[in-house]
Amino acid sequence: MKKEIAGVTIDVDEEGYLTDRSQWNRDIANALAAELGITLTDEHWKVLEFIEKDFKERGTVPGIRRLNKVGGIPTKKLYELFPDGPVRKAALIGGFPKPASCV
Amino acid sequence: MKKLVILGAGTAGTMMLNKLVPVLDPDEWQITIVDQEPRHYYQPGFLFIPFGIYRPEDVVKPKRNFFPAGAEAVFGRIEAIEPDRNRVVLEGGRILAYDWLILATGARIAPEETEGMLGEGWRRNVFDFYTLEGATALAGFLEDWEGGRLVINITEMPIKCPVAPLEFAFLADWWFTKRGIRNKVEIEFVTPLSHAFTKPVAARYLGDFLQQKNIKLTTDFSTGSIDAANNRIVSWDEKEVGYDLLVAVPTNKGDDCIERSGMGDELNFVPTHKHTLLSKNHPNIFVIGDATDLPASKAGSVAHFEADILLENFRRAIAGRPLKEEFDGHANCFIESGFGKGLLIDFNYDVEPLPGKFPLPGLGPMSLLQESRINHYAKLMFRWVYWNLLLRGAELPLEPQMSMCGKRRVA
Ligand SMILES: Cc1cc2nc3c(=O)[nH]c(=O)nc-3n(C[C@H](O)[C@H](O)[C@H](O)COP(=O)(O)OP(=O)(O)OC[C@H]3O[C@@H](n4cnc5c(N)ncnc54)[C@H](O)[C@@H]3O)c2cc1C
Repeated sequence: MKKEIAGVTIDVDEEGYLTDRSQWNRDIANALAAELGITLTDEHWKVLEFIEKDFKERGTVPGIRRLNKVGGIPTKKLYELFPDGPVRKAALIGGFPKPASCV
Repeated sequence: MKKLVILGAGTAGTMMLNKLVPVLDPDEWQITIVDQEPRHYYQPGFLFIPFGIYRPEDVVKPKRNFFPAGAEAVFGRIEAIEPDRNRVVLEGGRILAYDWLILATGARIAPEETEGMLGEGWRRNVFDFYTLEGATALAGFLEDWEGGRLVINITEMPIKCPVAPLEFAFLADWWFTKRGIRNKVEIEFVTPLSHAFTKPVAARYLGDFLQQKNIKLTTDFSTGSIDAANNRIVSWDEKEVGYDLLVAVPTNKGDDCIERSGMGDELNFVPTHKHTLLSKNHPNIFVIGDATDLPASKAGSVAHFEADILLENFRRAIAGRPLKEEFDGHANCFIESGFGKGLLIDFNYDVEPLPGKFPLPGLGPMSLLQESRINHYAKLMFRWVYWNLLLRGAELPLEPQMSMCGKRRVA
């Protein structure tokens, strides 16, 4: 699906996750966050940058526990930054695929 | 002599031992299996203990009964694996050198990971049923409980046998009905997932079931702590659910020996190639069962399908031939739904559980994603299959790879 955001057109799946991360940039992130009622601060970016680094290394979006243990982001903080589904929301804003559903 | 060491003699390790002993030449191979526990637990049976359907003695047998002649069994705790030195250190200092290692140390519940879980309520009105002790203590509690709010809560995913908490809810509904106190019990199912289950089509079916059985479903609840003094669970984002009786499925983790060996991820699960079962970091280590980090269910049925592929790949690896990339994440689980009925689901990495018939298309006799009596009997019969065939490495008439035959795609 196509989506107009931050003055450009991006490709997303039915749930709004980018399907081509090369289209992603910080303006898009800010606009996607705004749609979720979130204003991105440095603390949010710290989370998004850890996800980016980890995603490059392992090919999957890290879960809450990994963000905590490896990324050093306390779970409580994560929920404050991205209320309700923090990993899902961070992945969507960061232009990553929907986190692999657990099995 | 070449040395093969199998760590863990649970479902997967025992099965592998029984498959490998007959095919490895005893003049060439020395095979050792290690476990800390002399008793083998039939974990799927833990589900039935709180309701008095099984007793503890129905789910425990000596491990030795399942070990074939021709292998050495060592009982003791694994301290650490030293993969760079090809050796395992046991508690007490004994050292086992290996040429090949199969890791099958499983997963365990870690209630200590959640603040307050092990507090004053633990095994008073807070129970687990993922251990024999927990399930037995809960049976004692339920015997004279007169009703109130029962909350079933999955702390975080992944957990082994992800359908077990739902089955517990269905059985509880049946059991309280049978006792004539269902009207005095409120049942609430609280999960970190956004639906009743991980896979969409099955989640819809199972969600409907909860509703029909008057079980309240609360989703997107990530448990941060348990406030045992006030009988409530609290999520990371400060939502609260009160309980009189909490049946918790705590965080599941791989064994701490994996962490001590520096071989695991943040939950002590071992990075494993998802189609070959070879460790991602060590070319002479295979991983099977709940110990892996694979995106497949942590279930005995998965370990069983993995075992066929691991056997093939182990033989290839020792002969220096390329491995088969065949494991597809196949899982096949019975779901007890109460009132003498059950469901069956069959799925893999790519295909979610779908309705249909199993194992014969159109005929069954088992129906997929649909309640039937035969599914319930099959689940109870499975205990016999487990003790007598599965653990002993016998061939079951099921292909390791999932088949789409007999399944219906639904929108
Ligand atoms: C309540 C419940 C219901 C279930 N229902 C089903 C079901 O209906 N269907 C299904 O398919 N699956 C079910 N399962 C899951 C199934 O039991 C497991 O997936 C299966 O047992 C995994 O086998 P495994 O060999 O990987 O681990 P396990 O069988 O747990 O074996 C691991 C072994 O390693 C040993 N070990 C670990 N660490 C050490 C150490 N440091 N030193 C020495 N020994 C060690 C342990 O003592 C244990 O014997 C259920 C599980 C539970 C808890």
